[in-house]
Amino acid sequence: MASSKTITVEVDDVSYTDDVEPRLLLVQYLRERLGKTGTLIGCDTTNCGACTVHLDGVSVKSCTMFAVQADGHQVTTIEGMATDGKLAPLQEAFHQCHALQCGFCTPGMIMQSASLLKENPHPSEAEIRDGLEGNLCRCTGYQNIVAAVKSVADGVEYGDSGVSASLEDAQNAGVS
Amino acid sequence: MTATAQVHSNEVGKARLRKEDAHLITGRSRYTDNMVLPGMLHLAMVRSPYAHAKITGIDVAAAKASPGVMAVLTGADVAAEQGSLPNAWPITPDQKAPAHPSIAVDEVAFAGEVVAVIIARSVAAARDAVELVDVNYEELPVVLDLEEAFTDTVLAHPSLGTNLSANWVFDSGEAGTGAPVEEALANAEVLIERTFYQQRLIPSFMEPRSTVVDPTSEQLTMWTSTQIPHILRLMLALTLGIPESKVRVVAPDVGGGFGGKLQVTPEEIITVLAARRMGKPCKYTETRSESLMAAHHGRAQVQRLKLSATREGIVTGFSVNLLADMGAYLGLVTSGVPILGAFMFNSIYKFPAYRFECNNLFTNKAWTDAYRGAGRPEATFAIERIMDELAVELGMDPLELREKNWIKHEEFPFTTVCGLEYDSGNYEAATAKAVELFDYAGLRAEQLRRRNSNDPVQLGIGISTFTEMCGLAPSRVLGSLAYGAGGWEHAQVRVLPTGNVEVVTGSSAHGQGHETAWSQLVADRLGVPFENVEVLHGDTQVSQRGLDTYGSRSLTVGGMAVLAAADKVIEKAKVVAAHLLEASEDDIEFSAGNFTVKGTDTSTSLGEIALATFAAHNLPDGFEPNLDSDATFDPVNFSFPHGTHLAAMEVDTETGQVRIRKYVCVDDIGVVVNPMIVEGQVHGGLAQGIAQALYEEAVYDDAGTLVTGSFVDYLVPSAPDLPHYITDRTQTPSTTNQLGAKGVGEAGTIASTPAIVNGVLDAIRHLGVRDIKMPCSPSRVWHALEVAKTTGGAQ
Repeated sequence: MASSKTITVEVDDVSYTDDVEPRLLLVQYLRERLGKTGTLIGCDTTNCGACTVHLDGVSVKSCTMFAVQADGHQVTTIEGMATDGKLAPLQEAFHQCHALQCGFCTPGMIMQSASLLKENPHPSEAEIRDGLEGNLCRCTGYQNIVAAVKSVADGVEYGDSGVSASLEDAQNAGVS
Repeated sequence: MTATAQVHSNEVGKARLRKEDAHLITGRSRYTDNMVLPGMLHLAMVRSPYAHAKITGIDVAAAKASPGVMAVLTGADVAAEQGSLPNAWPITPDQKAPAHPSIAVDEVAFAGEVVAVIIARSVAAARDAVELVDVNYEELPVVLDLEEAFTDTVLAHPSLGTNLSANWVFDSGEAGTGAPVEEALANAEVLIERTFYQQRLIPSFMEPRSTVVDPTSEQLTMWTSTQIPHILRLMLALTLGIPESKVRVVAPDVGGGFGGKLQVTPEEIITVLAARRMGKPCKYTETRSESLMAAHHGRAQVQRLKLSATREGIVTGFSVNLLADMGAYLGLVTSGVPILGAFMFNSIYKFPAYRFECNNLFTNKAWTDAYRGAGRPEATFAIERIMDELAVELGMDPLELREKNWIKHEEFPFTTVCGLEYDSGNYEAATAKAVELFDYAGLRAEQLRRRNSNDPVQLGIGISTFTEMCGLAPSRVLGSLAYGAGGWEHAQVRVLPTGNVEVVTGSSAHGQGHETAWSQLVADRLGVPFENVEVLHGDTQVSQRGLDTYGSRSLTVGGMAVLAAADKVIEKAKVVAAHLLEASEDDIEFSAGNFTVKGTDTSTSLGEIALATFAAHNLPDGFEPNLDSDATFDPVNFSFPHGTHLAAMEVDTETGQVRIRKYVCVDDIGVVVNPMIVEGQVHGGLAQGIAQALYEEAVYDDAGTLVTGSFVDYLVPSAPDLPHYITDRTQTPSTTNQLGAKGVGEAGTIASTPAIVNGVLDAIRHLGVRDIKMPCSPSRVWHALEVAKTTGGAQ
């Protein structure tokens, strides 16, 4: 096929040097060459956001970039979010707030949320919703995702009871 | 012996965080497309750009010569082995259906149908070669519109001689479950006639469908993004003539389904054919465009309705005449989807007479089949919309009208005009709670103020009081409706020597949280810690029997099987306990994981018995050293969740923009195992129902090409498009299962669509708008307002 180009990319704190076809998308490079299958592909048109990663700390949709464009840059995927076996606050919050069901949008949603909070550490509910506009979820109806992001912005600390603390509505649901 | 097991009771009802989450939030997921096997080849499909055409020739030479391509298969190449894709629900003995080959052989009937498959060493090589396949088509006339299809002027499948697949009727007069509807309509004091359109929707699960088939070794293994590994395994065997025992189907992590992965797909069959032919593992993952074009769609009905009532607002009869779009082919349960709605058009009301007639019609569009709610959202929309129309006609508050007609809580169990026995419910309680949370009176007052001041932004209140039948399904009922299988579910509970418990379930989850909920059920029943229960599912080699996940059936059917299996474990363990404690079995009591001799503190734990049974050194004579137990549960009745949903809708009369100001729902789904999971199911269901009302529609052009072929045009709502939902519950336990649970997977979707549309119309009805086709987009709302203006309100 077409001629290949050598790129060096740091992904989740590891530096990789590979020969890639110029047309290879960043998401394909991550999944197929590096085995970073935590980053998923949900559409072909940059609408769903399942493939969202960070490029030098800023969210990008990795289906909308060629791998060669990442040459010399630093990429963080969902697999690089936890440090020393400890979940990132957003990962913990998604778990605590039941912000995922099938889990397919989750990696992209967490990466976009992280980028959103970096830009705006104290967003309103409307700002969170607007900030996640490019990431589709079909399971949750978004309410718990918004709650998860808000809880991180608010610095909520979760205990280890194994029971959701964020569901007053559900738990207090009256029984008649 | 003393009790050592930690006592964990009352798991049921706790908002347990999910066991499923850990790998999904860290990217350690195992979706099918993540699978890589040695020597694996990749498939790409060549799909028809025409909605209806004869295939007069296919030249694959250039594609075959393309770098990396290993083979190209056409329909002719596999005609002898591909069989015909199954339809499991012949609703009438004379139902018509065309043969449905996975790869079209000589004719295509919708745009997107597979005509050839490329098998190559990489995805890129396979997709490159798609462009090189030269197919000659001879275009045929297309039929796209349902009302046109009903006239048989143009035929979707000329060889059938008609577009009518089946005509199915339920008449309460004939069935003896009510009066004849003709009389009621003829004697009506008030007669409301309406036609409503259920637009075509696309389930739009986030994970595109993907299949990997490994043909090496003796048993063919398929990993696939499916809701139905067990049914699929059986259907693969039947379709391809492989012994069932030679097929293993695994549904690993599955990224959503919503009915859309309740199917036996051409792509799955093709991947088997390719893998068998090549002797190597093959993978196919669809693009989103392919998914939107060729995975089955849902809804797509024309509903012609007649409702008769007295001047006081008592409904006397309801007649439903449907045109239901099958699309080009019958899928697994395509033909039965309208029938699932047939028993629900009377909803929560005491209609004395009812008639339902459905015409299942073929068109040259993508096939339709189950989509979240399957038949019941359509029915609920029709009745809840027309009840509002009747309220307007009578000048009555729509809530008051509903209350006059619904079944009172003291009247349960109630046999409906369809012959279903609703076991329990309390519509008064759910409605009262919803009205209070919503501030119904306050919003009505604001509505009046805005009307009086001619506010450009008008306010409307939409109501939907719904019920549904779920927990599919009593096998005998399915048999009486000519469905090809039963509705039972299977489970196994195994107590390991460590005292840990494995639960095997036939309900294969894809986001619903069964691992967590089933752990709660078993922790309570066996008195073991929640953490010590492991739930296994989604692999026919691990879970050999099952009928899978759809129709809000998992808890009410699958969960009951789990409990029954756990009870059998306790019975077995009790025999060992009596032996070890040197007591009579009749004197052994089981509680919180411990077996105790009545009236003493002599006891032993389930874990100790498990270890003793494993060692088998000292068991009663003839006792089989095994506590593991299987159970298969077949429900005796459906369950009937219900609820009241209220939507406050703001409509900008200058732009047509619609905004959900407030959404309140109070659902009664009986006893709840995990309120957190339930809440999530309600939210997601609401989002999909609201999406039908306001955003989504599969649109075709006049040639039968899907215009909404990507997420640019098919408007799955994102976070800013949806409101904060206010949810609550009432609880009237179901009496048809021991837990009192009802089912929640589809409730939000079923209830919310009519609430939203009723609200939009309520906002602008005084301006002369009587109906708006879904989705109520700004342009449709604006046009409706403009038409009303120019015609002085008379439409």
